[in-house]
Amino acid sequence: MDWISAIVQGTLLGGLYALFAAGLSLIFGVMRLVNIAHGDLIVLAAYMGLSTTVMLGIHPFVALLIVAPAMAGIGYVLQRGILNRTLGDDILPPLLVTFGLSVILQNALLEAYSADPQKMNAGVIETASVPVGGLTLGVLPLLTFAIAVAVIAGLQFIFYRTSLGRAFRATSDNSDIAQLMGLNKAHVFGMAMALALAVTAIAGILLGVRTSFDPSVGGARLIFGFEAVIIGGLGNLWGTLAGGVILGVAQTLGAKIDPGWQLLAGHIAFLVVLAVRPQGLFPRVAH
Amino acid sequence: MTARISRTSRSAQVAMVIAALGLIVLAAAPWWAGRADLRLLGEIYLYLSLAMLWNLMAGYAGLVSVGQQAYVGFGGYMLFALTMFAGLHPILAILAGGVLAALLSVPIAALIFRLKGAYFAIGTWVMAEVFRLSFAQASSLGGGSGSSLPVDVVKSFAASRSGREALSYWLALGAAVVVIACVYLFLRSNRGLALTAIRDSEVAAAGLGINIWRTKLEVYVVTSAFTAIIGGLIFLQKLRISPDAAFSVNDWTAFVIFIVVIGGIGTLEGPIIGTILFFLLRETLADLGTTYLIVLGLVAIGIMLKAPKGVWGLIRSRFDLELFPLSYRVKSDNSDKGA
Repeated sequence: MDWISAIVQGTLLGGLYALFAAGLSLIFGVMRLVNIAHGDLIVLAAYMGLSTTVMLGIHPFVALLIVAPAMAGIGYVLQRGILNRTLGDDILPPLLVTFGLSVILQNALLEAYSADPQKMNAGVIETASVPVGGLTLGVLPLLTFAIAVAVIAGLQFIFYRTSLGRAFRATSDNSDIAQLMGLNKAHVFGMAMALALAVTAIAGILLGVRTSFDPSVGGARLIFGFEAVIIGGLGNLWGTLAGGVILGVAQTLGAKIDPGWQLLAGHIAFLVVLAVRPQGLFPRVAH
Repeated sequence: MTARISRTSRSAQVAMVIAALGLIVLAAAPWWAGRADLRLLGEIYLYLSLAMLWNLMAGYAGLVSVGQQAYVGFGGYMLFALTMFAGLHPILAILAGGVLAALLSVPIAALIFRLKGAYFAIGTWVMAEVFRLSFAQASSLGGGSGSSLPVDVVKSFAASRSGREALSYWLALGAAVVVIACVYLFLRSNRGLALTAIRDSEVAAAGLGINIWRTKLEVYVVTSAFTAIIGGLIFLQKLRISPDAAFSVNDWTAFVIFIVVIGGIGTLEGPIIGTILFFLLRETLADLGTTYLIVLGLVAIGIMLKAPKGVWGLIRSRFDLELFPLSYRVKSDNSDKGA
């Protein structure tokens, strides 16, 4: 029963990792940009959530109404102000600029909030649990997983059922022709980053409610998200959810064997997938 | 009038003479520099070496790694493990660490070369995390809290403290000279030519019969070995190692990337200029703590956007200087009157 419990816990944890990954996957899908600062942006969202809840005395989930639009705004400005200038055939500029951004964010957060670990208080929901078929599941992990499924379904809907999604896909397929059809590439990329960072805001709030965080934890969040993307297969959002679940299960099973093995087991699962199926489990696009 | 093709230039010859004279002065530093200065200079040489190696990978082979701390830490840990458990002399242990890193880097490359571009970068970071977490599990090396180099090992390296400091200074200087010479000679060789071709156009290079995967693998393996040796020297200076210090992404990758980007990526002069600027900035702004890192990040972003070839790129475009003669120049030979 312990093992089943660990697998279920890991699956639910995978929802959070899928949320880390969804923004990463989205911007890679639209503009082939890999954002090294993605993890630090998740942490930034968590700190923004913390400040909002403390200042306004509201529940973290309500704070999302402020943090998500704020992060989307930051994303749009960031993309149009800086990142659009780095896009091109050379992969070096976007990589190094987002790397610089990551260092700036980390140290700015350190300056503003110090290195002390922080946590958001979500009240009774943190400890509430429901019995499900002999297992006791936390309400918060269940809710996180449900939110992850809803977010991915929502992104899927935007991508394939709305004019914004059509603009994303058109610009991704051939940005020159998309421009001829009257799309403003710079604006479309800005919207993609805004959407990605709105998702990041959700991920950041859920992270901050679930565990304590400090300015240095961004790198690991980037790595988890990245591993979920690669395990699931590039360009497939549902695959990313599956990738997150595999990573989460590997980590909880690893932790079950030995607490020191938690992160290592996740990385090993990722490397095994990379070795036997480098295109990921459910690839959508060929690279 | 005939034309001939030459690789050297007046500025390169002058630079070579100045470098040789400078090297003599620097080699004598244990006699003229204080203890703190000696330590700082040693650190500068080691950062210069790391920057040279990262630049060879990222600037020439297109392998942008943010996980070189894997090999820095590995080299450091091999120094500790091989001296403590195999009884090797520290210098031998450092060299053996380089060999082991080269062997280890082949299967790692086979895995992470499957990732392209920026995903390769994050893949290298994952590898570095695997290294960090694995060494944190090694309880004989102190686990997560790390360990110090035993006194008898330190004594076997040099009997007195000043002797040890001078020796590790010379090793750091020697390592920097060897790394610069190797990178330079490699880039001047046929393989360097192949590498430059790949950098400029992979498609065209493949069309000319260059085995791209193999050339990149060679660069990765050689860079890994040297990086591990530098890592060994770094922790020979520090005498203490822990997983977080050994596999720090900030110390061994972020700073190195900033050095190369600010100096000028894809040039040999860039890392040298970058290292000098980095340490000038650090020595003047270090009191500011985190602000200093924010400034560094902003400078790097600004340079990447406004002057992607870095400070050396700006100098070169203005004065047509080349300190390391790598390119071919056509010279008209006016002395030949028979034309």
